[in-house]
Amino acid sequence: MTRAASLWSSTVGKKIVMAVTGLIMVGFVIAHMAGNLQLFEGADRINTYSAFLHGPANEVLWIVRVVLLISVIAHIVSAYQLTMLDRAARPVPYVKHELQAATIGSRTMRVGGVLLAFFIVLHILHFTTLTLQPAPLTEGDVYGNVLASFRIWWVTAIYVIAMIALGFHLYHGLWSSVRTLGFERGRLDPFKRPVAIALALVIWAGFTLVPVAVFFHLVS
Amino acid sequence: MNVTLRVWRQAGPNAPGTMVEYKAAEISPEASFLEMMDVVNEELTLAGQEPIAFDHDCREGICGSCSMMIDGLAHGPNHGTATCQLHMRSFEDGATIFVEPWRVRAFPVVKDLCVDRSAFDRIIAAGGFITAATGGAQDANTTLVPKLSADLAMDSAACIGCGACAAACPNGSASLFTAAKVTHLAELPQGQPERYRRVVAMVAQHDAEGFGGCTLHGECQLACPKEISIDTIARMSRDYLMAAAMAREEKAGGGTG
Amino acid sequence: MELRARVPEGPIEEKWDSHLFDMKLVNPANKRKYTVIVVGSGLAGGAGAATLAELGYNVKCFCFQDSPRRAHSIAAQGGINAAKNYQNDGDSVYRLFYDTVKGGDFRSREANVYRLAQISVNIIDQCVAQGVPFAREYGGRLANRSFGGAQVSRTFYARGQTGQQLLLGAYQALERQIGKGTVQMHPRTEMLDLVVIDGVARGIVTRNLITGAIESHAADAVVLGTGGYGNVFYLSTNAKGSNATAIWRAYKRGAAFANPCYTQIHPTCIPKSGEYQSKLSLMSESLRNDGRVWVPLARGDKRRPDTIPDNERDYYLERMYPSYGNLAPRDIASRAAKRVCDEGRGVGPTGLGVYLDFASAIARVGEDAIRERYGNLFEMYQRITDENPYKVPMRIYPAVHYTMGGLWVDYNLMSTIPGLHVIGEANFSDHGANRLGASALMQGLADGYFIISSTIANYLASKKLAPVDTSHAAFKDAEARVAEMTKKLLATKGMRTVDSFHRELGSILWEYCGMTRNEAGLKIALEKIPKLREEFWRDVNVPGSADTLNQALEKAGRVADFFELAELMCRDALERKESCGGHFREEYQTPDGEALRDDEHYAYVSAWEYVGDGAAPILNKEPLDFEYVHLAQRSYK
Ligand SMILES: Cc1cc2nc3c(=O)[nH]c(=O)nc-3n(C[C@H](O)[C@H](O)[C@H](O)COP(=O)(O)OP(=O)(O)OC[C@H]3O[C@@H](n4cnc5c(N)ncnc54)[C@H](O)[C@@H]3O)c2cc1C
Ligand code: HEM
Ligand code: HEM
Ligand code: SF4
Ligand code: F3S
Ligand code: FES
Repeated sequence: MTRAASLWSSTVGKKIVMAVTGLIMVGFVIAHMAGNLQLFEGADRINTYSAFLHGPANEVLWIVRVVLLISVIAHIVSAYQLTMLDRAARPVPYVKHELQAATIGSRTMRVGGVLLAFFIVLHILHFTTLTLQPAPLTEGDVYGNVLASFRIWWVTAIYVIAMIALGFHLYHGLWSSVRTLGFERGRLDPFKRPVAIALALVIWAGFTLVPVAVFFHLVS
Repeated sequence: MNVTLRVWRQAGPNAPGTMVEYKAAEISPEASFLEMMDVVNEELTLAGQEPIAFDHDCREGICGSCSMMIDGLAHGPNHGTATCQLHMRSFEDGATIFVEPWRVRAFPVVKDLCVDRSAFDRIIAAGGFITAATGGAQDANTTLVPKLSADLAMDSAACIGCGACAAACPNGSASLFTAAKVTHLAELPQGQPERYRRVVAMVAQHDAEGFGGCTLHGECQLACPKEISIDTIARMSRDYLMAAAMAREEKAGGGTG
Repeated sequence: MELRARVPEGPIEEKWDSHLFDMKLVNPANKRKYTVIVVGSGLAGGAGAATLAELGYNVKCFCFQDSPRRAHSIAAQGGINAAKNYQNDGDSVYRLFYDTVKGGDFRSREANVYRLAQISVNIIDQCVAQGVPFAREYGGRLANRSFGGAQVSRTFYARGQTGQQLLLGAYQALERQIGKGTVQMHPRTEMLDLVVIDGVARGIVTRNLITGAIESHAADAVVLGTGGYGNVFYLSTNAKGSNATAIWRAYKRGAAFANPCYTQIHPTCIPKSGEYQSKLSLMSESLRNDGRVWVPLARGDKRRPDTIPDNERDYYLERMYPSYGNLAPRDIASRAAKRVCDEGRGVGPTGLGVYLDFASAIARVGEDAIRERYGNLFEMYQRITDENPYKVPMRIYPAVHYTMGGLWVDYNLMSTIPGLHVIGEANFSDHGANRLGASALMQGLADGYFIISSTIANYLASKKLAPVDTSHAAFKDAEARVAEMTKKLLATKGMRTVDSFHRELGSILWEYCGMTRNEAGLKIALEKIPKLREEFWRDVNVPGSADTLNQALEKAGRVADFFELAELMCRDALERKESCGGHFREEYQTPDGEALRDDEHYAYVSAWEYVGDGAAPILNKEPLDFEYVHLAQRSYK
């Protein structure tokens, strides 16, 4: 078996793929969040940043896009395959099955993941391709687009819900991916994963801040 | 004390099964859960019915035979105990207790509460050993093993192969069992030569048996009568990654099982 | 019947080595052509099956559990002896040999014991190579602990789970061979008969415990490693499934049964708590280092232990054995506990228990020190009894633990039926009348890894065996016998369950052939047991059918054999008019209650020969010579 094949051919291998691609996406998401927060520094700042990305840094942007695309596909395909394997592993359910360790994070990975997949598609159609226009959007005016969109309650609501999904996904994913890559850190005990929780909280808050602030006219 | 049992009855591997209610009356709280089952079985026998089949042997938590899902929890409500170490005093008088067999595709039901766990044997056969044919071993003290390694190896080697981990796992994954053996042997100097080959072969067999993948729910660790830590799963994953990364580890694949 | 021990000539140190050289070999290409059946996957059977397969034989291995890893060897706690002398405390092969012969109260065969001591050293090497996680010192070297019956520290251990770890080593080696296809494993399969053709063991008949199929397996040699028969007492520290069926049915096909009455009763077990009790749990003997054993002075005193003042307690071991005190040897401590309970001074709900009290040790060294020493044992005790032994004294009582008796074997571990080899606790070979702690594991592995693999070759190479297959009439006869017994058990449909008979048999045996025995009692037992056996065959209720998993049927077959074995045990105990080791005849004791051996008349192995149902078995004697360890009275004063 070749090396690559062994990574794809087993449950453990696929899980490693999920962890690597998941962490790549985490990296992007953190950078993206940092970018978004520039909104609070005014229209010029964020529009310049966007212009920089689409202008001088265009090649980099495309590399990032390709890496992300591969990641998201690999992540989703292995998520799907693992889910099917896991379902098949218990064809007859228990009459009574109690869970005592699984967290809300670990239990909602799949649902949350599907939500995120929908969100990502909507989100790109919304802000990148400007295909979906809940309000009139203009190419190049990121600041204006964001403000126009998040003044609409249901757009904000969709984003806020998606960010909750992201928060839970990361609450479990940040902690578990590190273990999947082989780092052990003590026993499974929610209080020993403060780092994952804190990071998930920061990411969730960092993203949620923008639509919420816009909606409540804290940014104008 | 008196309890009501709702027990899974299934006449054979391909027969349909169903939950059947039994009353266990005047049971001593000091009796073990299996002794309570004995009493129920004695009564069933005298009433001309077939007793409930369940696996058991040592009745002291070491052989790994006993295997009951009690009230939705593998080996019942107490931690660090096998079914045979559970006593009736852990239940309330008058309680209704659900008793089911392990439910994983890789553990087909044989009868009532007995399942076929030979999948575990095949995982070991695939690579869960150190190749050291009898004879010719060097003096035991020429292999130095740091105390910490010996202790960590022992922690994982304590696995009794009961299957509770797979039974409790929402994904039906036997990762904890597999990882326990991988960790035991990888922790020792004697286990190094086959370390990477072993993990690939064992994981392949684990998957071939139809167990699910681990998403780190952590249920297995709380169900495990030997309290084996899911840290072992991280170690297994790491060794697997290393095996994939190391060109030296030629065609490890498949295992023999 | 002639008992030829086949002990090689020469000085004891050289016997095994010269025998290894003298024995015939089977060349590697020919090994494949031989099939060896190994019944049992414990330390003895598992190690034997793996090793024979490594050498190239075709092996078929059987166990009644669902996996070979669950053999009862898994439950051994304390450790395994080996004459490594890593502690530099004066140990040697010779000393281990000496201690074992003396510990066995001079009723074992010297040459076998010497070989055991020699091989002990290789066992540790082999197990370490396999990855058995023995306890280590900080420097990385192996740690040792001391054990009863020895003045040196030679016991290797893996926490309190030594048996488990050793068995898993053997099991993993076995699984490796199963994976390679050299061992065909038959779990959940019970041997129900031995097939002897032309006077030679040629196969077995089994029942597949899942489908109920009665099947025959032919081979060139048969090895039994089926463990001990302590469960004949119903309550013992053995696993529920441990049984005598394999060796008993071999006995009925002509294998002599040696020393059936030698039973080891362990003094520190958790007492029975009620009628429903299904088995007994061992508590390590090491607890007696710090615990003080006592019962109330007055009979029937039901006060809480902490409210009984010191002057109303009887620290009977300290009183009766002032020099050894609470550390009096196993058999003595067991008998003393029985005595005080028989006087009506026992404690606990059943009155069959004595206190093992740590209060003064805790007062002396503190609770932490005690926790450090015995924490896991205290936890185990608390889990079972729901009592906190740091606060309330433990209650303990002796329980059946090990059977030194078993099928008679020669130096090559072959029974009186050529081709039938017996290893591990199932044979009688190395422990005489009493086994020292940590030496059963050693014997099982010595037999399995190192002895059987060489002696089988010698047997196969010296014998011209005609090919047989399972269509032979002898197989068909055996199948028919087995099927008929099964049918009979199922057809009786009486009023009593198998367990109720087993319990009653156990209490008879415990009463009359347990810790102490006497002529009158044994005679009573010999009347009661056949009566109960008849009732069993008349009134047992075995539900269900023969063609599925039927645990009641499995039990019924085992209990049927226990009835017959129990009778033989009493007969043996009656015949042996001396006290030695685990066999204590009240008539034969020193004035201070020690076992009184009679070397002049009883320095022999009793090997019983079956001559048909209903007929009295014949007693054959293998005389025992003690050339190296001189006969002496064991004394503990
Ligand atoms: C609680 C406990 C603690 C102990 N602690 C120690 C200790 O610390 N040190 C020590 O040296 N010794 C100890 N002993 C003794 C020691 O464990 C045993 O004597 C030894 O392990 C027996 O090994 P074995 O291979 O002969 O038999 P077992 O391990 O009992 O194996 C018997 C095998 O035979 C199979 N079998 C039996 N009957 C049949 C049949 N009819 N058909 C098919 N298969 C059959 C079983 O499935 C099993 O695989 C202890 C014993 C007990 C009970
Ligand atoms: C409230 C939260 C979010 C806001 C306000 C937001 C806003 C934006 C905006 C304005 C753009 C367009 C940038 C530009 O064209 O220069 C964008 C692009 C993008 N966003 Fe978000 N985003 C949010 C959350 C997320 C999340 C959680 C993800 C991923 C899971 C994500 C993934 C992307 C991607 C992939 C692009 C396209 C980048 C590109 O290729 O050009 N966004 N986002
Ligand atoms: C695009 C849709 C997505 C789907 C369908 C999805 C689905 C999943 C699933 C099913 C898992 C495995 C569950 C588990 O291990 O418990 C998982 C794990 C993970 N996901 Fe996602 N996810 C998606 C998007 C994302 C995004 C956007 C990120 C990061 C920002 C991410 C990060 C992770 C991480 C870090 C893990 C943990 C991997 C591990 O434990 O090894 N996922 N995802
Ligand atoms: S890891 Fe624990 S739960 Fe799983 S088989 Fe081993 S002992 Fe049982
Ligand atoms: S419960 Fe299952 S998901 Fe993993 S951590 Fe345990 S195997
Ligand atoms: S019966 Fe052996 S572990 Fe429970």
